[in-house]
Amino acid sequence: MSRVVTAKRGFTAWAALVFAFLYLPILVMAVFAFDKPSPEALASFKGSNACSLPPDQIGNVTVWNGFTTCWFSAGLHDPTYIPAIITSLEIAAAASIIATILGLCAALALARLRPKLRAPFDVIVYLTLVVPEIVIAVASLIFFVQFRQYFHAFPRLGKATILLGQVVFNASLAMLIIRARFVGMGDTLEEAAYDLGSGPLSTFRQVTLPRLMPALVAAALLSFTFSFDDYVLPAFTNGTTNTWPIVLYSAVRFGITPAVNALATIMLGVTVAAVVVTALILRRSRVRVGPGQEGTRGLAAAVGLG
Amino acid sequence: MARRSGRTRPFKPRYPPWLTAPSFLYYAVFFLGPMAILVGFSLATQTGFNAIRYGFDTSQYLLIAQRLYLSIFQRTLVMAFLGTLLTVAVGYPVAYWMARHLSTYKMLALLLVVVPFWTSFLIRTYALKIILDPQGYLAQNLGINIQYTKYAVGIGLVYNYLPLFILPVFASLERMDWSLIEAATDLGARPFKAFREITLRLTLPGVVTGALLVFIPMTGEYIIPNILGGGKYEFVGNLVGDQFAEAQNQPFGSALAIGLMAALSIFVIVYILVATKEERFGV
Repeated sequence: MSRVVTAKRGFTAWAALVFAFLYLPILVMAVFAFDKPSPEALASFKGSNACSLPPDQIGNVTVWNGFTTCWFSAGLHDPTYIPAIITSLEIAAAASIIATILGLCAALALARLRPKLRAPFDVIVYLTLVVPEIVIAVASLIFFVQFRQYFHAFPRLGKATILLGQVVFNASLAMLIIRARFVGMGDTLEEAAYDLGSGPLSTFRQVTLPRLMPALVAAALLSFTFSFDDYVLPAFTNGTTNTWPIVLYSAVRFGITPAVNALATIMLGVTVAAVVVTALILRRSRVRVGPGQEGTRGLAAAVGLG
Repeated sequence: MARRSGRTRPFKPRYPPWLTAPSFLYYAVFFLGPMAILVGFSLATQTGFNAIRYGFDTSQYLLIAQRLYLSIFQRTLVMAFLGTLLTVAVGYPVAYWMARHLSTYKMLALLLVVVPFWTSFLIRTYALKIILDPQGYLAQNLGINIQYTKYAVGIGLVYNYLPLFILPVFASLERMDWSLIEAATDLGARPFKAFREITLRLTLPGVVTGALLVFIPMTGEYIIPNILGGGKYEFVGNLVGDQFAEAQNQPFGSALAIGLMAALSIFVIVYILVATKEERFGV
């Protein structure tokens, strides 16, 4: 018995270490959002708001210089970061909607298609997930540039091309998540609906769609997250458009200010708050639903686990 | 059952196959199209700055065979392989702990595994760089000064892909029937033997999936070597990117990209063959 207890303690200690490793950088990010510019920079600075110092003059902010909260307002009023975040939100929203719809259509048809017909489609889907993103990025860059030479109506490198490229990967992801749920559901309820005289469309609307909802939400959220956080593909297909990861990357390379940390901290805070609220609502609704584990499944879906 | 009672199902709900058409078309244009052009470019000849002539010029591929480029290919695959091994070693016990020893806080632990994904990948990598900074605590007080080395890149790889490995392994551990372990130990198996013979075997598919899930993006990694390697420890992905972003040698970049895919597929095929050997031959 005691051996089991020791083993359990060992695992717990290891898990604690690993979680510390996972969260240490995030903690560092949040802590350094409150870091002052270096003492030398402050000494030569005449103005009142130390956070209005340009990035190349704030000195070394990878060491702790003292506490300030001014980066939060500096970040929220930043002329490059805020528009970039808005662009990223727009692209991510569009990508997740288009990808979920494409994925839903494909999943519905594929799940009950004969394996022989399904195989080629599956191969393409897995290829889109397996080919390294940098390869897709440069291939898309060449493709978009060439395409525009022959079809002038095709959009210039920018928001539209970022979106077009991202939907490929996200549609595959959405299809796999939705299909897994759809196959798991079985077809008995749909059959019952048909037997009771419901047509294909109303069966879809009243039976299939509501039951697929957790998977749809999961697919949309996951697509949104991936698209919003995606750097590599937009970095090659953006033209002159700035997305949040793109400005982040150049900040990382050419001098980051704690304003970036402040913005990232705010975003993480908003996301975590949203998830906690969702989880609480789901927990409440689970009590009302009664039997079944829809609540936890919903949480798993909200977390993005399908 | 329906057949035995002489009653056939009158109707099996199906959705029309043409519903696959929109995504099929989409893939054909925006995935297969770029891939085809990539192959075309890799066989083209550079005739000037940003100007190429299509043809069947294999010289770009021969260029990859130079020692410098081969060593970067080798480095990429070795680092991804070691990174995957390390991720497995670090992540499996955590997934095991969550599935075996947690009950009330299982969902919370799962949430904690996922939350890092909601912080920008770039910010987390940058935060790692702050931690590894030569003027930081680790370097000054513990003498661990590894910024811009392969160790920093390795830590970055494990750090960023750990959650992606833990999730599928956790899922397969969740499906484990732990009474099998009880039966084995009751019959006299030592705990480690019971683990090796039962738990590990039953969760092997999850481990194989998880390892593949982290190995593939590690091989194509672009950001981590750039930020944590400081440009001194490039992966093939960086080499590809440089040909497009800086050198403007697109045919060579295309050939490198295809080389990367080829190397990755060979590695993945060998890996799948080895990993599923037991299932296929029942060793």
